[in-house]
Amino acid sequence: MNLMSYLAGAAQIGGVALGAPLVIGVTRQVRARLEGRVGGGVGQPWRDLRKQLRKQQITPRGTTAVFAAAPAVLAGTTLLIVAVVPLVATGSPLDPIADLFAVVGLLFLGSVALTLAGIDTGTSFGGMGASREITIAALVEPTILLAVFALSIPTGSANLGAIVAHGIDNPGQLLSLPAVLAFVALVVVIIAETGRMPVDNPATHLELTMVHEAMVLEYAGPRLALVEWASGMRLTVLLALLANLFIPWGVAGPESGGLAVAIGVIAIVVKVLILAVLLAGAEVFLAKLRLFRVPELLAGSFLLALLAVTTANFLTTGT
Amino acid sequence: MITSVEAALRVEPTVPRHWGSGPTVAGLLTSALGAVGVGLGLAGLLGPPRSVQIGWLIPLIGVELQLDPLGGFFMALTGAVALAVGVYSIGYARRAHLGGFALPVLPVFVAAMLLVPAAASVSTFLLAWELMAIASLILVAAEHTRPAVRSAVVFYAVMTQLGFVTILLGLMLLAAAGGADRFADLSSVPPGVRTAVFVLTLAGFGSKSGLLPLHAWLPRAHPEAPSPVSALMSAAMVNLGIYGIIRFDLQLLGPGPRWWGVTLLVVGAVSALYGVLQASVATDLKRLLAYSTVENMGLICVALGAATLLAASGAASAATVAMAAALLHLAAHAGFKCLGFLCAGSVLASTGLRGLDRLGGLARRMPATTILFGVAALGASGLPLGAGFVSEWLLVQSLIHAPLHGDTLVALATPLAVGAVALTTGLGVAAMVKAFGVGFLARPRSDAAAGAREAPSSMLIGMVAAAGACVVLAVAPAVLAVPLRRVLSELPATADSELAGLGMVLRLPGLAGSIAPGLIAVLLFVAVLVAVGVAQWGSRHRPQPATLPLWACGADDLTARMQYTATSFAEPLQRVFDDVLRPDTDVEVTPVEESQYLVAKVAYRARITDAVQDLLYTPVIRAVGACAQGVRRAHTGSMHLYLVYGALGVLIVLLVAR
Repeated sequence: MNLMSYLAGAAQIGGVALGAPLVIGVTRQVRARLEGRVGGGVGQPWRDLRKQLRKQQITPRGTTAVFAAAPAVLAGTTLLIVAVVPLVATGSPLDPIADLFAVVGLLFLGSVALTLAGIDTGTSFGGMGASREITIAALVEPTILLAVFALSIPTGSANLGAIVAHGIDNPGQLLSLPAVLAFVALVVVIIAETGRMPVDNPATHLELTMVHEAMVLEYAGPRLALVEWASGMRLTVLLALLANLFIPWGVAGPESGGLAVAIGVIAIVVKVLILAVLLAGAEVFLAKLRLFRVPELLAGSFLLALLAVTTANFLTTGT
Repeated sequence: MITSVEAALRVEPTVPRHWGSGPTVAGLLTSALGAVGVGLGLAGLLGPPRSVQIGWLIPLIGVELQLDPLGGFFMALTGAVALAVGVYSIGYARRAHLGGFALPVLPVFVAAMLLVPAAASVSTFLLAWELMAIASLILVAAEHTRPAVRSAVVFYAVMTQLGFVTILLGLMLLAAAGGADRFADLSSVPPGVRTAVFVLTLAGFGSKSGLLPLHAWLPRAHPEAPSPVSALMSAAMVNLGIYGIIRFDLQLLGPGPRWWGVTLLVVGAVSALYGVLQASVATDLKRLLAYSTVENMGLICVALGAATLLAASGAASAATVAMAAALLHLAAHAGFKCLGFLCAGSVLASTGLRGLDRLGGLARRMPATTILFGVAALGASGLPLGAGFVSEWLLVQSLIHAPLHGDTLVALATPLAVGAVALTTGLGVAAMVKAFGVGFLARPRSDAAAGAREAPSSMLIGMVAAAGACVVLAVAPAVLAVPLRRVLSELPATADSELAGLGMVLRLPGLAGSIAPGLIAVLLFVAVLVAVGVAQWGSRHRPQPATLPLWACGADDLTARMQYTATSFAEPLQRVFDDVLRPDTDVEVTPVEESQYLVAKVAYRARITDAVQDLLYTPVIRAVGACAQGVRRAHTGSMHLYLVYGALGVLIVLLVAR
């Protein structure tokens, strides 16, 4: 619990909070270039946020406090996740308060807040988006928990700091069969949770195909800014978490100095940027799945996660 | 397009009648009994065991009562539920219809439920159990003028009595083989009898807890009973089924062999999944809550099974965590389900509606009830800050940290159980979002919902008390650490490994992993404040806030009928789980007379029935009916025929007795 771990925590919260719009900007820019467009530039999401924050606060008629509070709850849960997960350094003072299950729970809490806001508008689109989002979320949950299970078997703990530290100490296990299976399952889960292709199209303008965008259709101005910022942070923190769970190098240890923390910051920025580019690059080649094909994709990832746990169980039994 | 959705769920709002002091007396008596139950339960939990013998009450055997930690835990839970329900029922009886004979039976029901965990002998237990069953039956029949209630009563009566028969047989076997009536004097029983007792009691107690496939009475009786009764049944009575399993199978006959654990795991997982699936597509608020009870009892049964299996496989500390998860979930479920049914009752009393498809817009009309139902729904969905989160976390932790020792059964059972629990949680979130979002938010979908008004203060007091318990369990589950430790030390499966580390930060004994629900709540509050603060950036440049119409795609205005309903909200899930739910949908297209290509009207009907009930119960009911027909054919009313029967009977007796 030295000063450095607090500094690392602050760097990580500040970095994700400020960098999240840039990550979105990178994915959009990569996509635009691959599609032969010029693109708005990496800083465009930031300019959008600034513009939205100066616009009029609009409350749609008939909505309740749930609609008004949902963006703050979504952003709050995301900020808490950012504070808890070990992105820059392990041994954070907040590590014991929430393990990977609690993080998953907080993620869902944010989704539920937005879902309720979608229903609260009382429009067809809001309800439609909410219904689809919750269906996908319900089917994603078993996969996440099983993937967490698979990751925590070699470590003996579901606390994130312990998993990441174990990965640094035992690099061989990161390429084992259970880890690879769990990685694939988690990638599918993250795509579904953050509403990326092929589960949801973040750039869609057709209401009938929307999932995430349909729920937030009634938001405008500062509240929309909060929702978009939080969505960007969710993508960023999940990509960063994925990177650190499976490529843990560069993460500073619990008792490290300023240089190690600086390396940790640079490492996580590089990792997230690479993953964002890969994600955007892959999205160009994918078409959105029909809604009722999505459960098949999720069932596939569930099976992979189940296989990961079973193989991990038998591999630990064997050794 | 005509959409006719499942049965008109509208219950006629009754004319407010003047009841005099009846409701107050009955409600206060119920609450007082609840307070006594809590007091005695805490005394049993924290103090030394005390026993009372009343010899004269039943000739020959007498009544044996004992206060021990296990019984005390269930007494305290039952008492706490009764405390909240009693106060609530004062206002409920005045505002809605609570039949004349139901009021005096309410305290009797509570007293019977308090007696069950206090019973210290087989005969006393059976007496209290049957008293509880009959009292609940009378209460379910309170609104017997409605046909749906009568059908539910018959269903419940048959199932509860059949359940009683299996419990009676099981406990008679136990008492005969153990050579005693008092639990304390029972000696060990031979393995064959042990198995028979396990199977019989699991069937009997499982049917009381709503475990599959004996759950069918629950989604029928709970919605049709008056809401305070539903709350008592769903939050207290079903717990006693779990009590029976713990007391007889896991304590008196325990620790159980591995296959008991596997049986409990399978039964629990199937109940949890089936219950939550039905809850996620249910459109009747109280039916949804009833199926959620099936789900939660299933989860508790999974935890009991995991504890049994892990203890028998030599993983004592994981078994302790699983058992603690079961007990904590019992307490959490009692809290949020009691609150859920009470809120549903206050909606029902105010609007006369149970169908979510006709509700909506209550957040503006009944703000307190809406917030309280939100607390209940958050608890039931198993998300952080909800009452059910910590227990589900403990359950999953016990499963993922089970040491394997090269054990194939455990290595296969734990991931499947985690998958089942996780899918249950995910679908549970969907069910609760639907109940809260569609039922309470957006705009009212009927005139009755538009005319809703807030519940009276006595009802609110009862609900606030239950909500307080939910919040405490959600942020500070450590308050139950001492009672849990006492109960766990009583059970043979968990006696060896003490439950330590249930403090501000929950640490698991012998396992790595920790969470701090209280700190999560505080930090989340801070984080939300930060987010609100961030959103203030640039507010100086903003024009005045405005309230504007919703986006209607350029049309004039949106009507309430354009909103998503509970049916449409659950439609994707219904499609995904089509094979399990087997919805009964029917599309009827009527073309105009001149051309078959022009449609005059389309009728769409969708009904979701209980597939398990249709598959398992209908053949049985039909067979019983056929047998009854056969018997009836023998009873023609002809005197000559009866004389022949009599003569034949005498002949057979003579032949046998020869």
